[in-house]
Amino acid sequence: MTIELRNVTKRVGANLHIKETSLTLETGHFNVLLGETGSGKTSLIKLMAGLDPLASGQILMDGQDISKLNTQKRNISLVHQFFINYPHMTVFENIASPLKVAGMAKSEIQGRVEEAADILQLRPMLHRRPHELSGGQQQRTALARAIAKESRAVFLDEPLANLDYKLREELRDQLPELFAGRGAVVVYATSEPEEALLLGGMTALMHDGHVTQFGPTAEIYRKPANVISADVFSDPPINIGQITKQGTEAKLGDLIRWQLEGEAATLPDGPYTVAIRPNRVLPRRSESANVRLIGRVLVTELSGSESSAHFSFGNDNWVSLSAGVFPFRVGEEHEFFMEPAHCHYFGSDGNRVA
Amino acid sequence: MKTENQRAWLLVLPVLVLVAFNALIPMMTVVNYSVQETFGDNLFFWQGLDWYEQILRSERFHAALGRQFLFTGLILVIEVPLGIAIALSMPRQGLWVPVCLVLMALPMLIPWNVVGAMWNIFTLPDIGLLGYFLNHTLGINYDMTQDPLAAWITIVTMDVWHWTSLVVLLAYAGLVSIPDAYYQAAKIDGASNWAVFRFIQLPKMKTVLTIAILLRFMDSFNIYTEPFVLTGGGPGNSTTLLSIDLVKMALGQFDLGPAAAMSLIYFAITLGVSWLFYTLMTKDDLN
Repeated sequence: MTIELRNVTKRVGANLHIKETSLTLETGHFNVLLGETGSGKTSLIKLMAGLDPLASGQILMDGQDISKLNTQKRNISLVHQFFINYPHMTVFENIASPLKVAGMAKSEIQGRVEEAADILQLRPMLHRRPHELSGGQQQRTALARAIAKESRAVFLDEPLANLDYKLREELRDQLPELFAGRGAVVVYATSEPEEALLLGGMTALMHDGHVTQFGPTAEIYRKPANVISADVFSDPPINIGQITKQGTEAKLGDLIRWQLEGEAATLPDGPYTVAIRPNRVLPRRSESANVRLIGRVLVTELSGSESSAHFSFGNDNWVSLSAGVFPFRVGEEHEFFMEPAHCHYFGSDGNRVA
Repeated sequence: MKTENQRAWLLVLPVLVLVAFNALIPMMTVVNYSVQETFGDNLFFWQGLDWYEQILRSERFHAALGRQFLFTGLILVIEVPLGIAIALSMPRQGLWVPVCLVLMALPMLIPWNVVGAMWNIFTLPDIGLLGYFLNHTLGINYDMTQDPLAAWITIVTMDVWHWTSLVVLLAYAGLVSIPDAYYQAAKIDGASNWAVFRFIQLPKMKTVLTIAILLRFMDSFNIYTEPFVLTGGGPGNSTTLLSIDLVKMALGQFDLGPAAAMSLIYFAITLGVSWLFYTLMTKDDLN
C-alpha cells in the first residue's frame, strides 16, 4: 500500500496553503508529519482524505489516481485531535458505524468491533455513550473505529494533543503496535519533535505549507538538509549563528573560534550558517565540549532531570540543555561550552553543506 | 451549627407577589367563575362542577376541540419538515447568510391582526391578488367566505407562511452549531447524505426541534387573532377554533360560568399535551 502525492497544491482564496509538494508514503512504518501549528499538516491530510479539493497535482493510492475520488470511496480513516464520536450512539455503534454503512453482515461486524475493542481495552464500555467516557476512552473509541474499519490509509491528526500527559505516553507507546501488520498507510501529524523521534519510521518536516525534508526519522534528525528543517526538528529551538570560515578555522563573532574537521574543513572560505542543538551546548567544559562562549543568562527552566538556560551573546540568543540540575543565576554572565563536532553547517542558500 | 429563622420568606416575597398578580389571582378569578352562576349585579350562585360537566358533554365543545387538533396537527405536520428542509438548504457561511436570516424573520415581525387582514384581502375573490388570480385567471372557484375547504386551506397556508420561519431559525441554529469534524467523520465513514441527516444533523437538532415543536404546538393551539380576523370562525362554524368559540361564549353570549369552565379545560389540555410532547421527545436523554 502506498500513497503518492505528485506536485499537489491547495489554494484558499488567493493563498497557497500547500505549496507544490511531492511525497511517497508507504505502509509498514509510521509516516510522521512534523511541523508547528499552521505549517500545513492538517491541510495535507485533508487533501489526502479528499475533504478539500486539490488546486493542482495528483494523489495516487497504489498507483491509481484518486484525485477525483469522493472521500466516501477512498476507504480511509481519520482520527482528530478532538474526540469525534457520534454522540447519540453507543461505543459499539460508533465503532461499527463505518462497517454498517459498508453493508457488512451483522456477525462480522460483531467480530470486528469486539476485536478492536479488546485491543483498545474498551470491552467494558461498549454500551456506554461517548459523553459517559473519559477523554482517553473517547479517543480510544475513535482509534478503535479506525482499526475495525481496516481501511487502506489511517490519518492520525495530533490524536494525543488533547489528552493529559500520562494517557498520552501510554497511548503513544501502544500506537505503533496497534497498526503494525494491518497493511494501512499510517500518517501521524504532530507538532512535537519528541513524538516523531519516539514513533520512528519516516518523518516529513513541514514549514509554511511545504515539506522541507522527508526521510527516515533518525537520519533527518541527525542530518537536517537545511536550516529550516534543523529548526523544525528541534525542541527547544536549535541554536543558529553566522560564522566565517578561514582556512580550517570557524569564527563566530569576534571572540569565538574553533577548528573545522572532516567535510567542513574542505569548504571554500566564506560566510556560513552554523546550527547546534541545545544539548550540545553545556555549562561545563569536557573533552568534546571545548569551545567556550560567554553569555548572559536570560531565563532558566529546571525539570527534574534537565536544566535549560536561555542566554544571549553578541546578537544571538541561544539555549543550553544539560542533564542534572545546574544552578544558573538569571542576569549574570556564565560560561557555556559547545561541542564543535556536532555543528551543522549551511550555505548562504540555507542548504546543508557539512 | 445551623441557624433557623424565617428570613428566607422575605427573599422570595417579591417573586410571590409578582406571580400572584400575574398568574395566580387572574387564574383564581376564572376558577371562581367556573363554579358559580352570575347574572350581573355581583350576585353569585354556587354551581359546583355543573359547568364542567356541561362543557365536557357539549357537542359544540367537541367540535371546536376537534377542529383545534386538526388545525394544530396540520400546521405541525407541514411546518416542522418544511422548516427543517429550508434550514438544511440555507447557506452556512458567506454574504447570503444575513440576507436569508432577515427574509426568514420578516413574517414573524408582522403583528398578528395585520397578518389576518393581509391574508383576508389577499384572498378576496374580486380584489385580492391571489383570489382574483385563482378565480378569474385560472377559473378555480375559490371563496373562503363560502367554502369551508377554501377557508381551511387559507388559514393553514397563512399559519405556515407566518410561523415556519420560527422552525427554520431554530433548526438553523442547531445546524450551524455542528462542527465540521462530524461531517468529515461521516464522509470518511462513507455515509450517504441521508445517513448524515439521520445520524448527525437530526440528533444534533433534537433539542432545538423539541423547543420548536412545543412552541408551535402551544401557539397554534391557542391561536385566536389571525383566524378571527381572516374568517371570523366561518363560514358557519367551520373554522371556529377553541379560542374563537371561547370568546363567543364569554363575550358574545355572556355565559361567564361555562366560559370559565371551558377556559380551564382548555388550559388543562394545552398543559397536558405539552407535557406529553416534552416527555416523549426527551425520553431518550433521561435513560
